[in-house]
Amino acid sequence: MFEATQLNRKNETRQTLIRSGLGTMTGILILPVALILGTLLYKGLPVISFEFLFTSPTNGMTAGGIFPALLGTVLLVLVALLASVPLGVAAAIYLSEYAPNNWSTRAINLAIINLAGVPSIVHALFGVGAFVIFFKFGTSILAASLTLAIMTLPVVIVATRESLQAVPMAFREACWNMGATRWQTIRRVVLPNAVTGILTGVILEVSRTAGETAPIMFTGAAFFLPLLPQGVLDQTMALSLHLFVVSTQVPGMPEALPFGVALVLISMVLLMNSLSIALRMYLRGKKKW
Amino acid sequence: MENQTVPADSGLDSGFDRLNRDWYIDKAVQVLVFIGGISAIVFIIGIFVFISKEGFGFLVGDFNFKEFFFSPNWRPTSESKETFGILALIAGTASVTGLAMLIAIPFSLGTAIFIAEFASGKTREFLKITVELLAAIPSVVWGFIGLAIMNPIIIKTFNVPVGLNVLNAGVILGLMAAPIMTSIAEDALKAVPDRYREAAEAMGATRWQVIYKVVLPAAKNGLLGAVLLGVGRGFGETMAVLMATGHSINIPTSVFDSVRALTATIAAELGETAAGSSHYQALFTIGIFLFIITFIINLAADLIVRGIRKG
Repeated sequence: MFEATQLNRKNETRQTLIRSGLGTMTGILILPVALILGTLLYKGLPVISFEFLFTSPTNGMTAGGIFPALLGTVLLVLVALLASVPLGVAAAIYLSEYAPNNWSTRAINLAIINLAGVPSIVHALFGVGAFVIFFKFGTSILAASLTLAIMTLPVVIVATRESLQAVPMAFREACWNMGATRWQTIRRVVLPNAVTGILTGVILEVSRTAGETAPIMFTGAAFFLPLLPQGVLDQTMALSLHLFVVSTQVPGMPEALPFGVALVLISMVLLMNSLSIALRMYLRGKKKW
Repeated sequence: MENQTVPADSGLDSGFDRLNRDWYIDKAVQVLVFIGGISAIVFIIGIFVFISKEGFGFLVGDFNFKEFFFSPNWRPTSESKETFGILALIAGTASVTGLAMLIAIPFSLGTAIFIAEFASGKTREFLKITVELLAAIPSVVWGFIGLAIMNPIIIKTFNVPVGLNVLNAGVILGLMAAPIMTSIAEDALKAVPDRYREAAEAMGATRWQVIYKVVLPAAKNGLLGAVLLGVGRGFGETMAVLMATGHSINIPTSVFDSVRALTATIAAELGETAAGSSHYQALFTIGIFLFIITFIINLAADLIVRGIRKG
């Protein structure tokens, strides 16, 4: 019926060329990372064993396992969550349910963007100035965790706000019409409908917190400790800092060991992120409105 | 309401009491969540106040504007005369971030266009998840990759003595920043209403013509915001540049020169300084500088992205 003109054909060819060009770019971006991860896996996997995960480093950290660092990372993440999740959820409830559309709300949003954008080493300096020196926590799990909590606060706020705003307005209006107060509406209707979404945000925060190094270097994480921490005012080892230490600071390090540490750290982080993504997809499939 | 004086045993009373209580709880919660909301502002101000407080002694004492910004000599521990010039450190940060952006901007914009406009169904979903996972790799792991994988590759390929240099850190930083820029750019492309595309397609435009003539101009601000956030991210990155640049003070003349970044200097030296010394305070002053620059970048990105929503 229609004959393709020369112009049509030219446009078609150009489109195919551009399409494959962009596809190649995508491949070039992803492929080296896949190769790198493959190398990490190839060199790191032989190092990892039950013993590697559950014993202390020995022989000036050139042998033995990573247990104190693993435990330290878990402790740092837990304390950081205790501080940032209540605060972040409160902030998100305010922004989604109460905040008027004015300059003060804009200022809060701008502060959140900046909190996420400030370099991690500046967060570290803040942690030193505020928690270690001013509040006299010393270099401790508490100081390091609070620094991490402030740094990752935007992750919780943004994820929670999004899931609260995804709850349809009609749900709230129905509840208000029954005479419920704002808080009753939030507690009985909005939060239960948003809880899985909030959880995805919390998991993402765990992943972010576990991988951060700079903010904990001077606030509570130590290169090496002979004993496990006894309380939140003790210093601790951490997996991320341990990777930095074993790959740069220790002479005579066997080549494979840092690969093992890197593999454990990256598996932890990617596992958490995959979990968060899976939860989000499950949620999207379930949604009825 | 507060002054209700109804006998304690009447049925009315408990009803009013409950309403009263609910009202008070509601107000209390409103105050609590408001505190949560303004905490972000408090923290941002707190960060500025506390790093300024620690850096204050240097700013009013040894600080010399001309030396600080225009001298390439960073010799904070010199016996004879300490100099605090950050020009070489700025050059280090700028060269690495610049190379990273040369790599990351075209690739992430290309990938974003491919994901948002060409890919569909399973491919699209797969690419989106991959990009999200790549963005999650911790910076210390990237630094380790630069050190243990890129370093020998660069030495072998280019036959240079040291593989920890601008090239190494720039590539690492580019790979790091690209996934983040890709997802923000993809969001910006997706924010362009479908009716724009449909209108253009109805006029007989091919997919690429639609993208080039309609989608890209409409998403311009969002894409610029993505690029700016990528720059901010590269500029503030610490662990990866500490481990992959070679960490030696240099104004680079080629990509094979080792350099040292602003962020990495703080990370490497803060542990060795005595609290309150000029060196310690000078490191906090670099922190103030970093804070102000990233604040401006983020503010600009926010204003630009907001521009499209209004327009």
